[in-house]
Amino acid sequence: MKYSLVSSLAIVSLLTAHTAQAETLRLLTWGGYAPEEVIAKFEAETGHTVEVTTSNNEEMIAKLRATNGGGFDLAQPSQDRITSAQEEFGIYKPIDMSRVNADLFIPSMLSATAGNTTYDGAVYGLPHVWGTSGLVVNTAMAGDVQDYVDLCDAAVAGKVSYRLKRPTLIGFAYSMGLDPFAAYADADAYQGILDQVEAKLTECKPNVKTYWGGGDEIKNLLRSGEVVASMAWDTGGWQLNADNPDITFVAPEAGALGWIDTFVLPARGRADDAAYDWINFVMQPEIAAMITNTAGNFTAAVDGDAGVSADLKARYQGSFDQAAIDNIKWYPPVPAGLEAMEGATLDRINAAN
Amino acid sequence: MGSDQSRLGFYLLLAPILLWLIVLIILPHVGLFLVSISEKIGPREYETGFDNYAAFFSEPLYWRTFARTAIMSIMATALTLILGFPIAYYIAKLTRGRTKTTLFLMCMIPFWVSELVRTFGWMILLRETGVISNILQYLGLVNGPIELLYNDAAIMVGLVYTSILFMVVPLVTTLDSLDDSLIEAGYDLGGTSTSIMREIVIPHAMPGIVSGCIVVFMLSLGNYLTPILLGGKDSLWFTGMIYTQFITRFNWELGSAFGFLLLGLSSLVVFLGLKFSGQSLSETMGRS
Repeated sequence: MKYSLVSSLAIVSLLTAHTAQAETLRLLTWGGYAPEEVIAKFEAETGHTVEVTTSNNEEMIAKLRATNGGGFDLAQPSQDRITSAQEEFGIYKPIDMSRVNADLFIPSMLSATAGNTTYDGAVYGLPHVWGTSGLVVNTAMAGDVQDYVDLCDAAVAGKVSYRLKRPTLIGFAYSMGLDPFAAYADADAYQGILDQVEAKLTECKPNVKTYWGGGDEIKNLLRSGEVVASMAWDTGGWQLNADNPDITFVAPEAGALGWIDTFVLPARGRADDAAYDWINFVMQPEIAAMITNTAGNFTAAVDGDAGVSADLKARYQGSFDQAAIDNIKWYPPVPAGLEAMEGATLDRINAAN
Repeated sequence: MGSDQSRLGFYLLLAPILLWLIVLIILPHVGLFLVSISEKIGPREYETGFDNYAAFFSEPLYWRTFARTAIMSIMATALTLILGFPIAYYIAKLTRGRTKTTLFLMCMIPFWVSELVRTFGWMILLRETGVISNILQYLGLVNGPIELLYNDAAIMVGLVYTSILFMVVPLVTTLDSLDDSLIEAGYDLGGTSTSIMREIVIPHAMPGIVSGCIVVFMLSLGNYLTPILLGGKDSLWFTGMIYTQFITRFNWELGSAFGFLLLGLSSLVVFLGLKFSGQSLSETMGRS
C-alpha cells in the first residue's frame, strides 16, 4: 500500500515535471518573425510546441486587452507602445532579467529598450527586430521624391499612397521642419504640430490614389506601377527591389522613422519557461540571421548580421549611408492619451474634401 | 403527472433557444451597453455617463458617416431588388425542370467561395491595370488606363454582387407559389403585362420582396470588407469606423456606443420599411 502510494506520487511528480518542461508557447507576433524552420529547430531542441498568431501593434494590444493579458505567452509589440498600454490596461508582466541571456543582445539596444519600456520601476520589454519606415519610390518614374512632403508634389499627382495612421503624421511633421517627438510630453505643443500637419495632409489629399491598409496592398500598387511613391516600411521596398530594380526604399531627408519590436510577457501568460527559452533561442546569431532573411529586418542579436544574405545587406547599404542611419528618428514611448488627439486629426483628414 | 412531464419536455425543447438567446445575444449586448456608458477620464479610471453618445452627435464626421452608410445601404438594396426581380421571375416562371435548377445553381456558385475572394475578384477587374481597363484600351474606347476602383460606385457594385443571392432566393420561393392560372386569368380579363405585374405578381411577391430587402439591407449595413477594400479615400463606412475605434484608437467605449447606434438604426429602418410596405414581420418571415 505504502509502496504503491509512493510510486504513484513519483509518477505524478514525474508527469508534472514533464509538463513543466514541455509547454505550448502561444506566440503573438508579426509575419516573418517566426519562420517554420526556426520553429522546427526550437521544437526539436526544447520539446516545446509553438503556436503562432500573426498580427500588428494595435491588434496585439486589442487582443490582450480583451482577455486582460491572457491567451498568449509571448507578444512582440513595438517598444513605443508598451508603457502606455501597461499604464492603461495592465496587460503585461515584468521581464525577469535573470532568466534572459543578456550576452546575446547588443548592449546599447538592450539598455535603450529597457529604458523605453520601464514602467513603475520594472522593465517590460526586450529588443528583437528593428527597422524603419520611410519612402518606397519607383526611381524611374518618381526619382525626385526624396522627402515625405515631396509626396504632395504635382509631378506625382494621383500616383501616391500612404497610410492614414500615426507614422504618416510624424513623418510629415519632421519633413515640415517640426519636431513631434520633442513635443510628446506637451499636449498643447503637440496639438499645434498636429494642426499644421492636418492642413498639409488635407491639401495633399487630391494627390493620393488611396490610403493603403496592409503591406500586401501597397506592394501590389507599387509593383503594378499604379503607385510610384509611397510611405512604407524598408523591408517592403527591399522585397520589391528584388523583383524590379527601379523600386527601392529611400531614407527620407527628414529622417526615416525607426522602430524596435520587442518581446513582452502578457500578464496572464501560462508558459513563461517556454517564452524565455524562445527568447534565448532566437537571439542566437545563426537563428537571428534566419529570421532576418525571412522578415527582411535586422535583429538586436550580437553578430546576428553575419549570416544574412549578401543581397539583403547590399539593399540595406544602398538605402542607408552612415548619415541616414544617424538621422533615423527612433520612436520614443507614446504617452497615454496621445493617440486620441492623433485619432481626431486623422478622422478630420479622412473626412475632408 | 402527465402535465409535469409535458412541462419538462417543453422546457427541454426551450432550453437550446433560450441558451442561444441569453448567452450569445443578450449577455454580450448587456456587456457592450455597459462599456458604451462608461466614460474614460484617465488611465484605468472610468465614470458612468452618456458622453460617448453625445460625442456621436456633436462630431459631424460620425453622424455623416452614419447617414452615408444608411443611404448607400438603402440604395444598394433598391438596386439589388431591381436586378434580382427579373432574374427571380425568369427562374420561377419562365423556365422548367433542369434549366430551372441549373440557373438557380448558377446564382449560387459565386457564394461557394468566401466574400474576401469575391471582393478581390472585383479588385482585379476594376483596378487601373485590371481586366476592364485593359479591355477598354484594347478596343480603343479609352486612351490611357482608367481607374474604376476606390470610389462609391465600386462599393455599390460590390455590395449588390455580394447580396443578390439573398434577394433572389426568397423571390423565387414566393413567385413559385403563385399559380400560373392567376396570370392567365389576368390576361383573359384584358389585363396588360404591366397591370398584371402591378395587380397580381407584385402583391403576391410582396412578402418575398420585403424579406429579401431586409436581409440585403442588413448585410450591406453591416458589411465591412467590401467598403474597406473597394472604397476610396473618402469612402467611409460606419463598420470601418467601429473597427477603428476598437482596434486602432483603443477606444472601446465609443466603439460600443457606435455599435448600439448601428443596431438602433438598422432596427428603425426595418421597422419603417415594414410600415410603409404594409407588411408585418411575422407574415414576411413566416411565408417566405
